[in-house]
Amino acid sequence: MSADVIAPPPPENPTEDWLREERIPHIWCPGCGIGTSVNCFTQALEESKLDRDNVVIVSGIGCTGRVAGYLKLDSFHTTHGRPIPFATGLKLANPKLKVIVYSGDGDLFAIGGNHFFHAARRNVDMTVICVNNMTYGMTGGQVTPTTPIGAKATTSPFGNIEEPFNLPFIAHSCGAVYVARWTSFHVRQLTKAIRDAIAKPGFTFVEVISPCPTLFSRRNRLGDGLDAMKFYKAHSEIRNGADTREVAISHQSKIICGKFVDITRTTWHDAQAAHLHRVMGNRFVPPRNWEHLIKSDPMEDLVAETIRDSSGDGS
Amino acid sequence: MSTAGLLTGPQFMDGDHACAEGAIAAGCRFSAGYPITPSTEVVERLAARFPEVGGVFIQMEDELAASITIQGAVWAGAKAITVTSGPGFSLMMEHLGLAAMTETPCVFVDVQRAGPSTGLPTLPAQGDMMQARFGSHGDYQIIALCPDSPQDCLDQTIRAFNLSERFRVPVLLMMDECVGHMIERVVIPEPGTCEITPRRMTALPQGAEYLPYATKDCCDMVPDMTEAGRGHTPHITGLTHDERGYPAMNTDAQRDLMLRLRDKILKFEPEIRDVRLDQVDGADVVVVCYGITSRVAIPAIETARAKGLKVGWLRLVTAWPFPEPVIRDLAARVKAFVVPEINLGQMVLEVERCAAGRARTIHVPHAGGAVHDPNDILRAIEEAAR
Repeated sequence: MSADVIAPPPPENPTEDWLREERIPHIWCPGCGIGTSVNCFTQALEESKLDRDNVVIVSGIGCTGRVAGYLKLDSFHTTHGRPIPFATGLKLANPKLKVIVYSGDGDLFAIGGNHFFHAARRNVDMTVICVNNMTYGMTGGQVTPTTPIGAKATTSPFGNIEEPFNLPFIAHSCGAVYVARWTSFHVRQLTKAIRDAIAKPGFTFVEVISPCPTLFSRRNRLGDGLDAMKFYKAHSEIRNGADTREVAISHQSKIICGKFVDITRTTWHDAQAAHLHRVMGNRFVPPRNWEHLIKSDPMEDLVAETIRDSSGDGS
Repeated sequence: MSTAGLLTGPQFMDGDHACAEGAIAAGCRFSAGYPITPSTEVVERLAARFPEVGGVFIQMEDELAASITIQGAVWAGAKAITVTSGPGFSLMMEHLGLAAMTETPCVFVDVQRAGPSTGLPTLPAQGDMMQARFGSHGDYQIIALCPDSPQDCLDQTIRAFNLSERFRVPVLLMMDECVGHMIERVVIPEPGTCEITPRRMTALPQGAEYLPYATKDCCDMVPDMTEAGRGHTPHITGLTHDERGYPAMNTDAQRDLMLRLRDKILKFEPEIRDVRLDQVDGADVVVVCYGITSRVAIPAIETARAKGLKVGWLRLVTAWPFPEPVIRDLAARVKAFVVPEINLGQMVLEVERCAAGRARTIHVPHAGGAVHDPNDILRAIEEAAR
């Protein structure tokens, strides 16, 4: 090698390596928080040192539903509300995959609410990232299950009167093992939360409070994206370990952020593999890529289960 | 694939269980379902059998979920099936469209019961035949097969998987309550003795650049697949897309994709076609039938023949794509078609369309809840022969 060859400079933006650059510019509006969350997500992936080939991203429909299409990963843009069952199929058929669902509040909690509840209950190993902008952006600013009381939307033009969902409480009560909420202002905390959620086995959930300047903020006279950042900075309160029943969001009021839940619960795969191995013995033929889930001989599983049963610890 | 846990040889079982064994024989190792009469026995059998053969079954929260969970599994490399009946079939229409649009090979089973809505949950009908073809929004093609016995439930399930892999299309097994619950002798083939179509998997190495919807030439309109975890980074979307899988919001992309999704099936209709014929040459009347009705028609045809009438029997095993050339050809040679079916007029519309006035078409309707009285079919044959 000649001495005067200069190595190319490192890429300036580490996110670029994770994007399908030929699809940029993206469709998101100026001031929208989705792109910020994607920066945090790619940074979290970068720091996670995962085998990139095994990372799969699944989105539903809507503005956040477009995330899958911009990431240079195995990416699936599914139907409205159904990314979680699609992701369930991916994970069940190949537990070696690291499956991430990335979608919005309307997709995951209105049309797709039932799927969220059941995936959390089953504790299927996946991470769900919900960008909550409290509106349906793609269709023009309609009311969602997270629109605060009093906020206006095109389909609640005189102000919403329905109680919004408190997403961390839903996730917690349905069985999620990790639950955190940050805003698109909290990029460092959000990056770490996504990294932790991805690393943790089981159903993990990260809510990202994000502005929709074009539709939600404008209709409610809340200013632009920068005003939203100022609001998040001034009105967020970090309360790690907060009782999820007490983190509901009201219109233009305090946003409680932090890591609320971080518990351990047997995943669907671990439970299924151990149980079938125990009750069926050698008649159980592990599915493809399940070999690593069979941790002992059936009798050891039986002993372990007996000890657990007699300990009386329901959790 | 391991042969552990496989069941082979002569058995005595109903059509629902035979369908489940057919799926196993076809190499299917993933199923997601939701209980619904009269299809539940299929998923019950799969739930019990899959752990013995290296398969995964999960009962989902509804049919919307079941019909997309199988598609996630397919993209993780599995062959997958979901099973339902009328009301659940209605919920699955969303994901029938997704599978057609994303060219995800999978099998949907509809054990038909009388509808609409909750209808007669435990009693037979053939009222979902048009829904199978047109139930999801937009233009697309599917393949639908109609078994007439437990053995045929097994055989057609295997063929459904083979066709789904060959054409990368959802294939519908349109059973009915009668064939689902009828118990007969079923012979399960030994591994290696029946044809199993492998997935059209790309030969590209790990991490190579891959175009998920690139087709080689005009004669082979089916792109090669990949699976998650191979570093091929496919983007798969229900939006209109180009050969990279990227959204393409324009009329040219829409036209190219719609025509390919149509032509990859319709141009291969002769390959997909399975019609069973008996004495149609020289017949004056041909009874066109499918599913359980093709067996109910036989005593009527035999009685008519005993009376000296020239009656042929044509059983549609492949209902969709409809075997247009067969009906067109026959229409020039027969007086009339008689079409009995357990609905108020569905596949008869296709027969009538293809006959195009060259032969009469007489429908023998049944509102559902039972099979036809063969005498009703006989009367229609006599009317047709007049």
